[in-house]
Amino acid sequence: MNKVYNNRAWLLVLPMLILVSFSAIVPLMTVVNYSVQDVLGPNASFFTGTEWFKTMLNDPELQAAFLRQILFSFTILAIQIPLGIGIALIMPKSGWQASAVLILITLPLLIPWNVVGSIWQIFTRGDIGLMGWGLRQMGVDYNITRDGTDAWLTIILMDVWHWTPLVAMLCYSGLRSIPDAYYQAARIDRASKWAVFRYIQLPKLTNVLVIAVLLRFMHSFMIYAEPFVLTGGGPGSSTTFLSQSLTTMAVGQQDLGPSAAFSLIYFLVILLVSWVFYTTIMNMQKDKNSQGGA
Amino acid sequence: MAEIVLKSLAHTYSTNPQSAEDYAIRHMEHVWDQGGAYALLGPSGCGKSTLLNIISGLLAPTEGDVLFDGHRVNELPPEERNIAQVFQFPVIYDTMTVFDNLAFPLRNMNTPEYRVKPKVLEVADILELTPLLSRKAKNLTADEKQKVSMGRGLVRDDVTAILFDEPLTVIDPQLKWKLRRKLKEIHERFNITMIYVTHDQLEASTFADKIAVMYEGQVVQFGTPRELFETPAHTFVGYFIGSPGMNFFELHYDHNTAYFGEHPLPLNNAYLAALRQAESRNVKLGIRPEFVEVSTTDEPGTVAVQNKHLQDLGTYAILTFSLNQQTFKARLPEDHPPLGETVYIRFPDDKLSLYVDEYRVEVDHE
Repeated sequence: MNKVYNNRAWLLVLPMLILVSFSAIVPLMTVVNYSVQDVLGPNASFFTGTEWFKTMLNDPELQAAFLRQILFSFTILAIQIPLGIGIALIMPKSGWQASAVLILITLPLLIPWNVVGSIWQIFTRGDIGLMGWGLRQMGVDYNITRDGTDAWLTIILMDVWHWTPLVAMLCYSGLRSIPDAYYQAARIDRASKWAVFRYIQLPKLTNVLVIAVLLRFMHSFMIYAEPFVLTGGGPGSSTTFLSQSLTTMAVGQQDLGPSAAFSLIYFLVILLVSWVFYTTIMNMQKDKNSQGGA
Repeated sequence: MAEIVLKSLAHTYSTNPQSAEDYAIRHMEHVWDQGGAYALLGPSGCGKSTLLNIISGLLAPTEGDVLFDGHRVNELPPEERNIAQVFQFPVIYDTMTVFDNLAFPLRNMNTPEYRVKPKVLEVADILELTPLLSRKAKNLTADEKQKVSMGRGLVRDDVTAILFDEPLTVIDPQLKWKLRRKLKEIHERFNITMIYVTHDQLEASTFADKIAVMYEGQVVQFGTPRELFETPAHTFVGYFIGSPGMNFFELHYDHNTAYFGEHPLPLNNAYLAALRQAESRNVKLGIRPEFVEVSTTDEPGTVAVQNKHLQDLGTYAILTFSLNQQTFKARLPEDHPPLGETVYIRFPDDKLSLYVDEYRVEVDHE
């Protein structure tokens, strides 16, 4: 085959480029535009350079929200990923039981964020909520509007309830795709249950786990509606996460410049952490001794 | 050491079997002697893999017993059977190195590490895997992976039988014969019973000393490749073994004469005696294409037939001719004389096989 070189072939990329620019680049650029200006009015604005970025990075309130956000995301990942794998492992493999369990498990995924927040808000109320009332009856001093720890634990519990099914479903599909011969060979090799999990199931789950970790990280890092409805960010600012701070700034106070700078930092952090996750997991699979492999 | 005996074994995947068709294995008896190299040959869906999985313990038979050296092992799980199995698609542990893959069965048995290493190195050496030992198994080629899965069976000292379930399916043709030779070598070196499942007669006869031909859930013949060729015990064996398969034609017997259609056949008394005793009306004669005598001139005892087609296959030629509206094939040597429209053929008596109800009946040719 002779390769034909014709630079006009680049024109074929054009439609995609136009599409992407409208869907991603143009909106993003308006944010970039605001982030380097101080907008005083429709026709009055001046260039500020990196000033907004510096302000945002040095804002102690945002730093605190950022740390809370990191803590939250890593906590729910540490709970949801192992729990999701565990659930997937004990789910029935075939028959009507499999379908029934699958439907039951996916139910929380079908509930809108706001509704989830409302459900848990009512659920945890001390006077009429089953959980709030029940805990108080048992003598636990549980109150999410006054106790920061209670609020935290409740938000984590809510997120685990809402999103572990996604991890479980992804893992379940990954487990179903392992051919029977692997389990048969493992029995012949006298592998223990743990060895089967460690050397067959877990390696075969790597790809779905990458998706699960990335999705759950991005989702949880952007969490907004559920804690906003449940606790409103309180008590104090103990459950105020980054999106809520951003919304207060951009919509509540109309600080366009700072919130644009903040949005960009926010976006870059998500991008960076996702990239780190992805490359770390992919590197774990690599062959250290071979150059490229066969 | 293991002699594997299958006693009135039957297996069905259906929960409510109604007829023989519901059974994957239909009440069979069989003995695999210790240390033999066997092939289990048959078409797809004849129950080969089912039988293999029953021997290894991955499946429990519906009826009958599996005996290892006289002990019933029906209830023993594969872990306790001292058997290794190699599957159609290579099973390797992706995240482990080749070394760890080979060591895996030993480590599962808590073998001390100082005994694991020499054993793994020995097996790697036999299988020519030594240069790959530190590589991750995931990055190997299909044949290397299949060698690793064979190796996992060989490292265990307690393995007395290795079962192969069409292990060369995913291997490139030019590597197939190499791996097959390796298997043969391993068999000669270790005193291990090997059962090799395949649907390829060439693969079966190059690997095995004795071949069991399976058809519809039963072993219809167990013999050397030569026996399968010369005296097929069942019409299926005649048809399945050989290229092309055996010619069969139906007979009917009336008043001391055997007829093929309208034509009386000049059979000797031995055949006539056997036909007299036959209790079924399903009687066939079979002859291998290799044994059909073809000549260009009308000699005594020959029949004139139409030369329908002559296919030259290089080292031999296949002649297709029709007799009594039925198509027959004859295999001719490379240097056969040129054939005209009409050829003269003869079926030598001593090369014919008689089948009653599809099974061969021994005819004494004195």
